[in-house]
Amino acid sequence: MTTNTEHTLVMEARGLVKRYGRVVALDHADFEIRAGEILAVVGDTGAGKSSLIQCLAGASQPDEGEIFIGGEQVVLHSPTDARERGIETVFQSLAVSPGLDIASNVFLGRELRRPGFAGSVLRMLDKKRMRAEALEAMSHLGLQTLQDITQPVETLSGGQRQGVAIARAAAFGSKVVILDEPTAALGVKESARVEALIKEISARGIPVILISHNMPQIFEIADRIHIQRLGRRLAIVDTKEVRMSDTVSLMVGAVTPAELGLEDQAATRG
Amino acid sequence: MRTRLRRLAAMAAAATISITALAGCSSQSAGTDEPLVGLIVKTQDNPFYVKMAEGAKREAAKQGFALQSATGEGQSDVDSQIKSIENFIARGAKAILVTPAGDGIIPALKKARDAGIMVIALDSPLGDPHVADGTFATDNVQAGVLVGQWAKEALGDTPPRIATLDLSTDQIPVDVQRNQGFLEGFGIDTADVTKMWDEKDSRLVGHEVTDANEAGGRQGMEKLLQKDPTINLVYTINEPTAAGAYQAITAAGKQDQITVVSVDGGCPGVKNVQDGVIDATSMQFPLKMAEQAVQAVGAWLKDGTVPKNSPDLDFTNTGVTLITDQAQTGVESEDTAWGLENCWG
Amino acid sequence: MSEETKTVPAATSGGSPKTWLVQIGNEERLGPVQWVERRMLTRPLIGPATVLVLAVIVFSIAAPNFGSLQNFSLILQQVQVIAMLGIAQTLIILTAGIDLSVAALMLLAQVAMGRFAVAMGLPVWLSLVLGLVVAVACGALNGFIVTKLSIPPFIATLGTLSIFYALNLFISDGESVPYADVPPLFTWLGTGFKLFGATFTYGQVVTVLMFVVFAYILRNTAWGTHIYAVGDNVEAARLTGIPVNRVLMSVYVVAGLIIGITSWLLIGRIGSISPTAGVEYNLASISAVVIGGTSLFGGRGRIMGTLLGALIVGVFSSGLSLVGLDNLWQEFTIGILIIGAVAVDQRLRKVGR
Repeated sequence: MTTNTEHTLVMEARGLVKRYGRVVALDHADFEIRAGEILAVVGDTGAGKSSLIQCLAGASQPDEGEIFIGGEQVVLHSPTDARERGIETVFQSLAVSPGLDIASNVFLGRELRRPGFAGSVLRMLDKKRMRAEALEAMSHLGLQTLQDITQPVETLSGGQRQGVAIARAAAFGSKVVILDEPTAALGVKESARVEALIKEISARGIPVILISHNMPQIFEIADRIHIQRLGRRLAIVDTKEVRMSDTVSLMVGAVTPAELGLEDQAATRG
Repeated sequence: MRTRLRRLAAMAAAATISITALAGCSSQSAGTDEPLVGLIVKTQDNPFYVKMAEGAKREAAKQGFALQSATGEGQSDVDSQIKSIENFIARGAKAILVTPAGDGIIPALKKARDAGIMVIALDSPLGDPHVADGTFATDNVQAGVLVGQWAKEALGDTPPRIATLDLSTDQIPVDVQRNQGFLEGFGIDTADVTKMWDEKDSRLVGHEVTDANEAGGRQGMEKLLQKDPTINLVYTINEPTAAGAYQAITAAGKQDQITVVSVDGGCPGVKNVQDGVIDATSMQFPLKMAEQAVQAVGAWLKDGTVPKNSPDLDFTNTGVTLITDQAQTGVESEDTAWGLENCWG
Repeated sequence: MSEETKTVPAATSGGSPKTWLVQIGNEERLGPVQWVERRMLTRPLIGPATVLVLAVIVFSIAAPNFGSLQNFSLILQQVQVIAMLGIAQTLIILTAGIDLSVAALMLLAQVAMGRFAVAMGLPVWLSLVLGLVVAVACGALNGFIVTKLSIPPFIATLGTLSIFYALNLFISDGESVPYADVPPLFTWLGTGFKLFGATFTYGQVVTVLMFVVFAYILRNTAWGTHIYAVGDNVEAARLTGIPVNRVLMSVYVVAGLIIGITSWLLIGRIGSISPTAGVEYNLASISAVVIGGTSLFGGRGRIMGTLLGALIVGVFSSGLSLVGLDNLWQEFTIGILIIGAVAVDQRLRKVGR
């Protein structure tokens, strides 16, 4: 990816502040993500990563600051609100409902009803259509269902379930897809598959926010890294231009961005 | 969410404490003038005990006592009865009336007597009758015998095919006494009279347990008919059971073929006798039990008179009367008109 | 919530097209035990159905008079009240809740119906409707305590159990309304009709219909899907935008309505209005739900399973009785069935997770 100035910011946040009682989780934090990129978000515990993601996903509302989508300022009252604006989030380990089948999971919360009387009065689900579209969403990501698509999701392995959750996000996420530690509970093989899925989504032009602790994974698939520290964005670096060890040092505060010749994002905000 | 729950729990605790304090206050003020008499019945869902308690309260008011009642959870709920006895002792009751749920309450009753409190058993005697100063009960055996004798005459020459619908598998005294009394009255060898279902007579074709309510009665009767469609006489532990059994009988179209007898004498039950649902029932007199018991307390407090037992019995028999509109020779009975005037409930 | 059809753009991965396939489904070889477990997760009715069929076969051979259409009709009549209560209980258990007050609610509604018609002399059809209203109100009370006061269902319904039962005894004085005083409309569901030489009742028809209707609703409406989602993981459901409190409240209210209809069924069965008949049905309804394969932890189960569960209990009860075994063994067997069903569910959950 070239480093010229012509990058459209799909989503941006400025000066986010979030307090929980006396604890200041976000202290004038900034955020930006460009079109078509995979942005990793890293930070030590207590850096405000989860608070940041929750604000971006609509799960919580910042006390101060603004959020912009496509240049337009928005207020996200709930995850549903965010979803309506095209932001899809896969929260960590709360991805799918195991007792329901794949199609029901993909359409959870936005089920399709049958047309006409059956749909509006009897409120019957159009299961055939949901199954067809779920199948389509997943095959577009390269996930083929060889088995019965009506089997309950709990028969799938962890990685496969994440596949369903990510397919759901990709199918509906028109603007941004947020993935919170998607491979945290998975083994090596399955993590690799999920990483391939993430690249697939990015290849289709949808930017992905990836929260992760897995440095090798980040350097493998992410374009840039947002480093969160002490409630604000410390720096935003390009994975091609910085080393893994430097990233970790920045994260824990062992070295400042200035010392690495990077722009100190936190400092410029004051 | 946790703080909310805690707040609610605190409010509930505060409410409970204040209500208990208020209740304690009121009972204390009542007790200073009038002697306290405690009444402990087995359950509050049986009109038998409800009426008993009402009768006791009325008689207590006449005698100038303050009557407090306590109830338990079930036919064998010995634990709450022990607690109630201990509570009454602590509150300075002069007498305790109790319908025993089991002999497990005997140690607690002994404590009461040691404290100088009069102890009276109601409805069924204790295993050791000397633990109580007096017992006022229905002779449940006699109740069974009456309907048994009646049934024998009513069936006449028809070869009997008999089934019993009993209360439970626990073999509790009232269940056993009525069942064995019925068999004895009919003329069947009861083998061990303290156990049900050990008889060998071929005229007995089956039994089921019912929990003494309509649903159990219906289900039990259905199962019995399925086992042996030739049943022609059914003994039931009480009238609700008989009512349920009757439903099964009519569903099978056998109401002309089967005779149903019961025990209790509640007004709905007597009405059922009048309507042909039950053919004969033994009436008990819970009100008499309560009245005589409270009067006995009065006599004892006045000059220490101890209640007298009925001849040949370890308790004072408050009587059983057979109610039926199909009187049989050799068996005394009253008709349902009389029954409706004297029924309880 | 937008319901636009998402036409997902075709994969336009610039360089080498990713053609490797991630197979969703069986990629490992399954041993026989695992194959059975997999089947049971996919088709959860298999377990209870197998037990039922086996029980029927065994008892038909072992017990005289068991294997007749008339006896099967009787068995359904014997379990229909518990089964109907089971529908309400299944809905609630699916949301990871439990309702300890179902039987008490049923008795209260029943006694109220009787009071309206017999003591207050209201028109019989109106009394029936008012009884249903009472039932729905009680259900709403349960729902209110669970959703607005955030009290766990076990505790909430433990409390309302006592409240409903006390009200019931207060209204009825503990007495049953005898047979002759009960209006015919109340016992109508007990009316029988002959079919293939056996007697069936309208009540059975209503029971089976209710099962079919609710099984369909659970599988084919968003409401049904949301019930499963809420039962499985409340937080995740909330994040998906499901109105959790509304779903829970609606479940308790619908349960109230079902229980109200069950009161009507009960009157038809016992021919009188009784404040105590069926007080033990509460635990029995939970047994039917559990034996039918629904998980007590929520999120998994089928309504038809509850019908199978109730029938299993009925078959064992009838069969053991006809074989001549004492009633003690019936209770013993039901205990084993329950523990067996929960053990299987635990095992399947481990497999799933």
